[in-house]
Amino acid sequence: MKATDISDPEYFHKVVDCQYACPAHTPVPEYIRLIGQRRYSDAYMVNWESNVFPGVLGRTCDRPCEPACRRGRIEEQPVAICRLKRVAADHKDDANVASRMPVIPTQKNGRKIALVGAGPASLTVARDLMPLGYTIDLYDENAKGGGFMRSQIPAFRLPEEILDEEVNYVTDMGVSTIYNHYVDSMNGLLAKDYDAVFVGTGAPRGRDLQIPGRDQAKANIHIGIDWLESVAFEHTDRIGKKVVIIGGGNTAMDCCRTAMRIGGEQVTVTVRSTYEAMKASPWEKEDTLGEGIPILPNHSPREFIVDDGKLVAMTFDVVESSYDEHGKRTIRETGDIITIECTDVIIAIGQDNAFPWIEKDAGIEFGEWDMPVVNKQTFQTTNEKVFIGGDAAFGPENIITAVAHGHQAAISIDLYLSGKSVSQQRPPAGINLASTKMGIHEWAYDSEVIEDERQQSTHVPVEKALQDRKIESELGFDIETAFTEAERCLNCDIQTVFIEAKCIECDGCTDICPTNCITFTANDEEASLRQKLSAPALNLTQDLYISQDLPTGRIMVKDEDLCLHCGLCAERCPTSAWDMQKYLYTVTKAGDRPAPLLVEQSGSGDKQSDKAA
Amino acid sequence: MSFYKPTFRHPESPKNKLGLTTRAYEGPISTLCAGCGHDSISAAIVQAVWDLGIAPHRVAKLSGIGCSSKSPSYFLSKASGFNSVHGRMPAVMTGANVANGELHYIGISGDGDTASIGMGQFAHVIRRNLNMMYLVENNGCYGLTKGQDSATADEGSKSKKGAINPFEAIDLVALSLDLGATFVARSFSGDKEQLIPLIKAAISHKGFALIDVISPCVTFNNHQGSTKSYDYTREHAQAASVVDFVPTMQEITLEQVKGSTREVELHNGDSVQLRKLSDDYDPTDRKVAVNAVMNQKAEGKLLTGLIYINPEADDFHQMLNVSDKPLNQHDQQTLCPGASALQEINQGFR
Repeated sequence: MKATDISDPEYFHKVVDCQYACPAHTPVPEYIRLIGQRRYSDAYMVNWESNVFPGVLGRTCDRPCEPACRRGRIEEQPVAICRLKRVAADHKDDANVASRMPVIPTQKNGRKIALVGAGPASLTVARDLMPLGYTIDLYDENAKGGGFMRSQIPAFRLPEEILDEEVNYVTDMGVSTIYNHYVDSMNGLLAKDYDAVFVGTGAPRGRDLQIPGRDQAKANIHIGIDWLESVAFEHTDRIGKKVVIIGGGNTAMDCCRTAMRIGGEQVTVTVRSTYEAMKASPWEKEDTLGEGIPILPNHSPREFIVDDGKLVAMTFDVVESSYDEHGKRTIRETGDIITIECTDVIIAIGQDNAFPWIEKDAGIEFGEWDMPVVNKQTFQTTNEKVFIGGDAAFGPENIITAVAHGHQAAISIDLYLSGKSVSQQRPPAGINLASTKMGIHEWAYDSEVIEDERQQSTHVPVEKALQDRKIESELGFDIETAFTEAERCLNCDIQTVFIEAKCIECDGCTDICPTNCITFTANDEEASLRQKLSAPALNLTQDLYISQDLPTGRIMVKDEDLCLHCGLCAERCPTSAWDMQKYLYTVTKAGDRPAPLLVEQSGSGDKQSDKAA
Repeated sequence: MSFYKPTFRHPESPKNKLGLTTRAYEGPISTLCAGCGHDSISAAIVQAVWDLGIAPHRVAKLSGIGCSSKSPSYFLSKASGFNSVHGRMPAVMTGANVANGELHYIGISGDGDTASIGMGQFAHVIRRNLNMMYLVENNGCYGLTKGQDSATADEGSKSKKGAINPFEAIDLVALSLDLGATFVARSFSGDKEQLIPLIKAAISHKGFALIDVISPCVTFNNHQGSTKSYDYTREHAQAASVVDFVPTMQEITLEQVKGSTREVELHNGDSVQLRKLSDDYDPTDRKVAVNAVMNQKAEGKLLTGLIYINPEADDFHQMLNVSDKPLNQHDQQTLCPGASALQEINQGFR
């Protein structure tokens, strides 16, 4: 194998599994360390720079980082990254954070941008472009910003004040908000004096289920996302006693738990798939079951039963899922039919994009499934003035993906309006690799690997939580629990950097490594090399770190898979051929400058931690 | 500084025939200097004993005094251990061995502990062919007292401070051959591929097995001019043979019989496969072994590998006809048969 080029920014980025998996590439270990140091405001700002909505995401993120977490490969449970993010938001010093908001130039740059839809994607574009002097109009049909974070995520999961605070951080930068205004014509918008338009209108159309009885029972059949929005905006405040939810995603989980809070007594979730194959996040399923709501898998909707013009029950075909060797699923009816009595049904089986307001002659090409053609890197449409991001671009994803789109779209808009190429002149990521050595066997991070298991956050007692849909059901971590959980982080951003010229091949590192990551051996092809290491390197998604040839003709091979980043190799090394170096990777924001590399440099310190000290 | 090694291990760590991973054979984190050859040797012992499938508590590790003699703390935590007086490990080892012949005995010593203060005991334990592995962690200096030349420092080698050693070195391999050792090997801490099979063979050998392991002192003896440094040893080591240890039940694969090989069967049915690097070398012939050591030395080379083996010789137990059953398993009556039995013995000498 060829020696690894560690100057390639992506090599070490990939080692930081959580950050690599995050669509917005939030530097997770960096903020977890700050939480461990009780620097909550600093931790919040690291997040805010990267993902704009730490308080919201700390409660509602889909957590692509957690399945990627290295800790989950050496023991059962990953670090509770999402809940730690919430800790930063819950315990930050608001005045300190407010004082660190970007300065908005009073002298504008003369460019004006329209953002359609005030969801996470548009708000991110505004957050990135306002400090550069752009003038921004933000349109939304509702009375407040937030998009589906407000309309579809129930208040018991995301309290309104948390959302308001983080939406306001952006709009308070001087964004001109045009709320209660539905944009009904793209051509109309383009005719105004905007230099660019960003569309972040989400995926607003909930799918329907056309089975017998649908029309006759329509008064008691609700589309999940519309119904949640109606509850959120208090147009709906009750539901019948027996509610059936159809669907197995997070929207279905939000619907059933909301129904329990506004009149539902027997609420049942039915899913066509197996329990395991449900799309909902595992923790959402657990919270649902925890509130006493049954989830019935293998139920395929058959018919709405209407009696005397009123919905009385639903029938389901019981099905079986089987998978072939390629993992392709086949669903087969068993012949059994089950009837469930109900007064209301909520259909939560997915959602689609809809752009009825974009005229066909607006210069925006539409492709498959009537979706606009959007460049995956630049988010530009075939009308070079129009950019689309978030769920509106490629279909429903999640908040953190919308934020990532927003950052990239903001870069594109800024390049476009500066007369630069949106594809060729994109700024590179900001990287910094610096030794953490403080002395002999002293590192600037807490290298000891602790063995605590994943901490559980506490919940409001179910009886109390069900009384009011606005009571937040989960309480998050207290400070002590947060510290314990933060210490579980393996500091995967502290990289093991190997310097060939210093190595005397004494084997000290190989002998001490707890997880047999390091081997000195003859070079070979990757496949056979993976077999002959101290422990076989079977996880092909994880790279092998290959050194140049050493004096004995061997090479050093490090399997990155299970490295605990404990620093013992570097401590055992008599010549400092191993060094523990902190790698900070920051996605560049609009304005051709990387996000601040070190939070320590950007703020005036944390008042809370000052007090603690 | 970390004095603690995380307990997490590779989930796919292989298991030996007892179902144990190497973790069961490890010890606490070493406090020797980072890069010390002794730590590599400890790791090799862990690997070898694990490979052999010996239960860790069936091993007794004994040592004298010195950096080397500290190292048994850092492997096989579950084994019995005795850190004896300087140079007196062989005497304590003999007592332990006589009392319980069923354990596997590992003696760890250093060049000072063996070639200086312990020289007398070393010579006599060889004569007695005590069933043990005697491993010398040989770094040619007194690392614990700031690196003075030891008795194994080569004539003409330079100390860290620049002084040239005027004295002839004691060659433990040549000496043991002369004293009649039944297993004599030399290796290098930086070459585990050679060292691990040698340790396995030495533990399986019935009788006294010496392994003289060049183990560089990174702090005091790893500089230009030293003849016990990592670089010097790598440049001057000359393997007598490549050793593969083959357990009883394992079939010899084609790979292993390829080339000029010779199989030496051990008393327990295990065998040592020697891939010879020169045709005229016979490791069961003591005269050949002595010559080879001398010839290589004359050429400025260091002969390594399994240099001599005699699997047939009687060990100390057989010579003295000592009880096979460990003393702790005999009942009181057998161990203390009383005055009449003593009288009977005394009578036999009259």
